[in-house]
Amino acid sequence: MNDQRPVVIIIFVFLVGAVLLTKLFMIQVMDDSFMKRAERNAIQRIVDHPYRGLVYDRNGKLLVYNNPIFDLMIVPKEFEVGDTTRFLELFKISKEELIESYQTARNYSSVKPSTFIKQISTNEFARIQDFLIDYPGLFIMTRSVRSYPNPIASHALGYIGEISGRQLERDSSGYYVQGDYVGLSGMERFYEDELRGEKGVKYKMVNVRGIDKGPFKDGEFDTASVAGHNINSSIDMELQKYGEMLMMGKTGSVVAIEPKTGEILSMISAPFYDPNSLTGSDFGKSYTALNKLETKPLFNRPIMATYPPGSIFKIVQSLIGLQEGILTPETTFACNKSLVACHNHPSPVNLFGAIRNSCNPYYHQAFRQIINQEVSSNTFKDTEIGLDAWRERVLKFGLGGQLGVDMPNEKIGDVPSSRYYDRVYGEGRWKYSTIYSLSIGQGELLVTPLQMANLAAIFANKGFYYTPHLIRAIDGDNTKIPKEYQTKHMVGVDAHHFDMVQDAMVQALYGTATRAIMKDIQIAGKTGTAQNPHGEDHSVFIAFAPKENPQIAIAVYVENAGWGGRAAASTASLMIEKYLKDSISRPDLENYVIAGNFIY
Amino acid sequence: MRETDININRVDWITVMIYFVLVMIGWFNIYAAVYDGQVDKSIFDTSINSGIQLVWIGTAIAIIIVIMAADYRLFENLAIPIYLVMLVLLLLTPFIGKEVNGQILTIGFGSFRIQPGEFAKFATALALAKFMERPTFDLSKTKYQLQAFGVLLLPIILIILQPDTGTAMVYFSMLIMFYREGLPQKYYILGIGIIAIALLALGIENNLYLAGAIVVIVVILIIMGKKTPQQIIGFSVIGLVLIAFTYSLDLVVSKLPEHQQNRIMVLFNPDLDPLGVGWNVTQSKIAIGSGGLAGKGYLQGTQTKFDFVPEQHTDFIFCTLGEEFGWLGSFVVIALFVTLLTRLVFMAERQKNRFNRIYGYCVISILMFHFMINIAMTIGLFPVVGIPLPFFSYGGSSLWSFTILLFIFIKMDSARALQLGRMG
Repeated sequence: MNDQRPVVIIIFVFLVGAVLLTKLFMIQVMDDSFMKRAERNAIQRIVDHPYRGLVYDRNGKLLVYNNPIFDLMIVPKEFEVGDTTRFLELFKISKEELIESYQTARNYSSVKPSTFIKQISTNEFARIQDFLIDYPGLFIMTRSVRSYPNPIASHALGYIGEISGRQLERDSSGYYVQGDYVGLSGMERFYEDELRGEKGVKYKMVNVRGIDKGPFKDGEFDTASVAGHNINSSIDMELQKYGEMLMMGKTGSVVAIEPKTGEILSMISAPFYDPNSLTGSDFGKSYTALNKLETKPLFNRPIMATYPPGSIFKIVQSLIGLQEGILTPETTFACNKSLVACHNHPSPVNLFGAIRNSCNPYYHQAFRQIINQEVSSNTFKDTEIGLDAWRERVLKFGLGGQLGVDMPNEKIGDVPSSRYYDRVYGEGRWKYSTIYSLSIGQGELLVTPLQMANLAAIFANKGFYYTPHLIRAIDGDNTKIPKEYQTKHMVGVDAHHFDMVQDAMVQALYGTATRAIMKDIQIAGKTGTAQNPHGEDHSVFIAFAPKENPQIAIAVYVENAGWGGRAAASTASLMIEKYLKDSISRPDLENYVIAGNFIY
Repeated sequence: MRETDININRVDWITVMIYFVLVMIGWFNIYAAVYDGQVDKSIFDTSINSGIQLVWIGTAIAIIIVIMAADYRLFENLAIPIYLVMLVLLLLTPFIGKEVNGQILTIGFGSFRIQPGEFAKFATALALAKFMERPTFDLSKTKYQLQAFGVLLLPIILIILQPDTGTAMVYFSMLIMFYREGLPQKYYILGIGIIAIALLALGIENNLYLAGAIVVIVVILIIMGKKTPQQIIGFSVIGLVLIAFTYSLDLVVSKLPEHQQNRIMVLFNPDLDPLGVGWNVTQSKIAIGSGGLAGKGYLQGTQTKFDFVPEQHTDFIFCTLGEEFGWLGSFVVIALFVTLLTRLVFMAERQKNRFNRIYGYCVISILMFHFMINIAMTIGLFPVVGIPLPFFSYGGSSLWSFTILLFIFIKMDSARALQLGRMG
């Protein structure tokens, strides 16, 4: 019997070998989860954050840059405080703060670094730098935050902040992770892809205690970060600064455009805020505070506030009438105040006189002819057809839709269609008498200040516009800007119709906005007064200058400031002078605007 | 004329070769386990474990030479005295030894320390061989069974007192030798059955299922059997005893010290506490499992190198091998052990006297146990038991004791021609 037993023992030996090898085969070859777990164990992925692109103004002056900030880091295990009093003095913290920060760091990890004092300023850093060597376990980590040499153009430039959970969910690129900074408004958001650069990544090995054991595979898989593209904005820093000085203490918008390119020279939303307040660790606190203010400084008025266009819309009506052949420069209507109120001026007037005097009854009668062209014998049907045909023409002026400016959240304003009136009054139950307010820019019409400035640019260009935009070049190359900003949009009105309109706009200043007149620069402009049921009317003015070869088109809104001829026209005139001549020859007018007493 | 003792031609060179191959692979793996790319110390640097291990290897070779040069009768003659000396050392260890982690395992002066528990293995092997070589010694008889267990039990008790349960368990491996020497097969069948039921009882959450299964088996056996009253009663009693055993096992486990309980529970559910008790096994499996088919390459392992696996140069040395050389590396080492053990069985069977054969089977038993349990624990097949992988693990006591154990047998084997046949 014992002769079999050595064989049994050998079989047992082989069996054990087979069992071990089978199990090893299962965990080593069949199951790759251990490989992943090993990587998670020992390989740490460290993101190398790129420098965000800088933003310059149209003349190459710096608007936004990255300011290094310094975080004091601590490795609790290595930390030695030494002389506590000296330490507290040096770092300007209390004993309680020291104990608390230290405990927090220790609770996180005693061997891994964590933040000890956040965001030390450059000056503070310079002060403590030399003493750091006395404190093992403390070191400085450099990060950067957005910074603004001049606290201007906050709405146009926008701000960056930590990416939100919702944004992360929607992000299909997979580029972002929790804690990443991302453009949240203005150009920062619109040009996020250009500005952000590309993250780099370093793989390093760590041991069981999280201590760095050098690069993984000698850095074979590491990539360097790529800095973001620098952007040249079309904003003129000096003009922007000057405009913000004028708008100080007021509520409203200023949008200035270079007509032949659509480049936005200045975009002011008043009241404004210091863009430096929405950077770094103060972001949350400042944002909440700004958001609570009743003056709504975060509200980007030039593209988000909508007002009735008022009298300025009469120019659009004139151009449509001319193009339709309904009006000619000689078309005359009486100033019949029984139709709609008007102020006193010679009557009857031709088209030129109507623009110059802003005659309401003229447009009441002209608009009726534009709308009711007797295409249908049914007056209701005829009005509907006329309104929609008219609306098509108005939309071509960039109204009633997003222009497509390079900022998020642009409002579309409103140009009502027949569908709208059908809904409100019922189909076939409204006619010209229902909608006549549209003739003088009232009623349901709503436009944004940006759309108004674009109108001024259209008038200056005699019938075309480029979508207004804040970008001028990417990395100094102006061909890199989005194609839509290089495309000419025709408004469908022949250029020669604009000649008379431009002349009338020059003359209009002498009627309603004498303050805006300049001796040596011919300004074409039009005042408006946006009716405000909640208080004083808003002062509105659009203009372009010089009349021959226009360089700047501008729209100014000053809320609750009454007539367009006062606050808005004065501000616009000063802006034009500043841009074209770079100096102000009318200190009295400047003081008048700064003082801001427009109601009297 | 007396033939000279050292006859090179009679030495079993296959075994010697396997021994040296294993020792060298072990040495390279010890270097890999402590290797730090940032410091870049040489494998010979005695400030790291690989350098020290080289010293142990050198002294082990000296020991081999001494053993091979000694008179072949020496070991048989000194078997009992060596055994007694070892018992005394084991007895003294708790009093003169040095305490580490609550265990007192080593004695010695300064940095020179030996672990009597390791050396007691070959001493017990020699004693058992000497004790059992009598022709009248018959393991099928209860009297001799008790005597053999007695010789085994003395060192076991002394080692448990240190306490070093892992090393004590090694002595039970002698059951392999007892099997060869004629311990009746029924004990083994019973033992395997009990272990199987114990594993099932611990592994299956609800003992009711197991009890039900036992009842079903008993009923089937009764129906298929001779249906005599004795057999029916016999099967029923065995069934009831087994069910009682099943339920009492949980109670027994709950009486064990907590760390031993945890080691058992982790075996059945490795994710039970991956950062606590499960850490060793989990990290060990990650290290080995991440090796893949061909491994990450020598010195390229991250898990063992960066200390994720505790005790990686001693008891968990197999992790380094598995991680850096993958399944193919594991295959080579396991194949070497299987070849070595098979060769030793062959050698034991060609011995002309019972003393040599019994000693040979003792060597087989001890090596088999270490090889099987050590690797099984690193891959989660067996609870963590602190025993080294023969010839591989770092440490002088372990390398020396395995070397002495193996080479005494190689010496005996080389001198077998000089001995008279005195088989029982």
